[in-house]
Amino acid sequence: MSVLLRVHDLAVAYGHIEAVKGINFHLNEGEITALVGANGAGKSTSLLALSGLLKPARGKIEFAGEDITRLAPNKIVQRGVVQVAEGRAILTTLTVAENLILGAYTRSDKAGIAESLDEVYQLFPRLKERADQFAGNLSGGEQQMLAIGRALMAKPRLLLLDEPSMGLAPIVVQEIFRILVEINRRGLTILLVEQNVRQALKIAAHGYVIETGKIVLADSGANLLANPKVEEAYLGG
Amino acid sequence: MLEQQLLNALTLGSVYALFALGFTLVFGVLAVINLSHGAVFMVGSYVALALITHLQASLWVAMLGAMLASGIVGLLVDMLILKPLRARNAPHLIPMIATIGVGIMLTSAAQGLFGAEVLRFPEETLPAGEFVIGDVHVRALEIAIVAIAFLLMAVLFVALKRTQLGRALRAIAESPKAAWLLGINVEGLFHITSFAAAALGGIAGVLIGLNFNAITPFMGQPMLHKGIAVIILGGMGDIRGALIGGLFLGFAEVISKAYLSSQMGDAVAFGLLFLILLVRPSGLFGRKLERKA
Repeated sequence: MSVLLRVHDLAVAYGHIEAVKGINFHLNEGEITALVGANGAGKSTSLLALSGLLKPARGKIEFAGEDITRLAPNKIVQRGVVQVAEGRAILTTLTVAENLILGAYTRSDKAGIAESLDEVYQLFPRLKERADQFAGNLSGGEQQMLAIGRALMAKPRLLLLDEPSMGLAPIVVQEIFRILVEINRRGLTILLVEQNVRQALKIAAHGYVIETGKIVLADSGANLLANPKVEEAYLGG
Repeated sequence: MLEQQLLNALTLGSVYALFALGFTLVFGVLAVINLSHGAVFMVGSYVALALITHLQASLWVAMLGAMLASGIVGLLVDMLILKPLRARNAPHLIPMIATIGVGIMLTSAAQGLFGAEVLRFPEETLPAGEFVIGDVHVRALEIAIVAIAFLLMAVLFVALKRTQLGRALRAIAESPKAAWLLGINVEGLFHITSFAAAALGGIAGVLIGLNFNAITPFMGQPMLHKGIAVIILGGMGDIRGALIGGLFLGFAEVISKAYLSSQMGDAVAFGLLFLILLVRPSGLFGRKLERKA
């Protein structure tokens, strides 16, 4: 199995405060990898650095063999690294269809874009029903589906998800995770950042536990679920 | 009489709307109140005048030249002043103050180059002809002004509504971070927006210069105040609001000058604006002004 993304000694600071203190991890192509930890551990900060929205203080991010550490965010999307940001970041003043079409901003293959749109509508029939509504009128779960569908419109090679379960009812979370497994089966590599540790580790092939800006555990998803330290700290022992 | 005044109001109002549109576009996309917009408007009219008097350009070429030149001024303001301030995360007030400085620089540069006296387009370059509908005398010039203003506004509306570029600009207006994550080159679109907005401001300057046939280095200042009034009235950053607000201010100004007081037309128009804001503090089409990170 080949490595799609490799992060080496990544550190990210807000002013003088280092939120991520030199972490190392890698993602295998075709796998779901989970990055779990408590609120404020540095998960979102790491993701923002991967997408180029925060400039790392040091370290290196290598995607498909290319150093993308200093690339502008739009260039990183062009390479196929697409993020579904925390809080969903859908555009509430645009319609559902407009959000999706905008997801294909970096593409110019008209036929391919139409094909992707069909696939997204197949995956999320609800979005098709609501295509002409303003995205701001969707429920929380529908907004998360829109955010994921929009990311898929870019035809990513790697999907980064920041807390997709946040603020959603358990049954909706189940549905979202089922869909993540489905799109992973179709070949998409996924990095899943979650506070919902149990759910995330259940579907992840590998996982990393991050605490106060450092990775403290790395193992397969199943082993981490069974690890007493994880149990105690995150699964309510 | 009324019909004649309505025509004047439409002419003036359509240019106000065009001017305000660029102003509100920059606010919507860059979240900056660009107070050099009035000076850019003035630059447009001087560039057109210079092209006509020195290079014997036709009026149409002069208009295109004015749009291009003012667009470049807008682009430079963004690249040299606003971009470094963005990179430093300067608080909102700083870019606004900086653009006041740009406006003063441009105004005094125009004064140095062209003098402070009123300059005029040579009569023979203005679209001649006038026809009478009922009791209304319609100048070809007025028709041209209204047509150009509405044509440009229509192009902007359609572009914003129907094109991928327009969707991207609306995305940035809502959340620059979300736009970056969609692969949109937000910085690049800031430049394009600054260029387009200034180009619209520049041609508005040519149209007003033609309408009154008077150009001075100080013509941008009252226009800037009107532009601010229009976009506040319409709702900050709202495109439809700028159109409606511009037309409203044109009508309010002309009608109050004609029927209430020729000296105090502006006072009446702005007084009316104030009353409307008391009822609708966020403007006619205003939404909440917060934007996501």
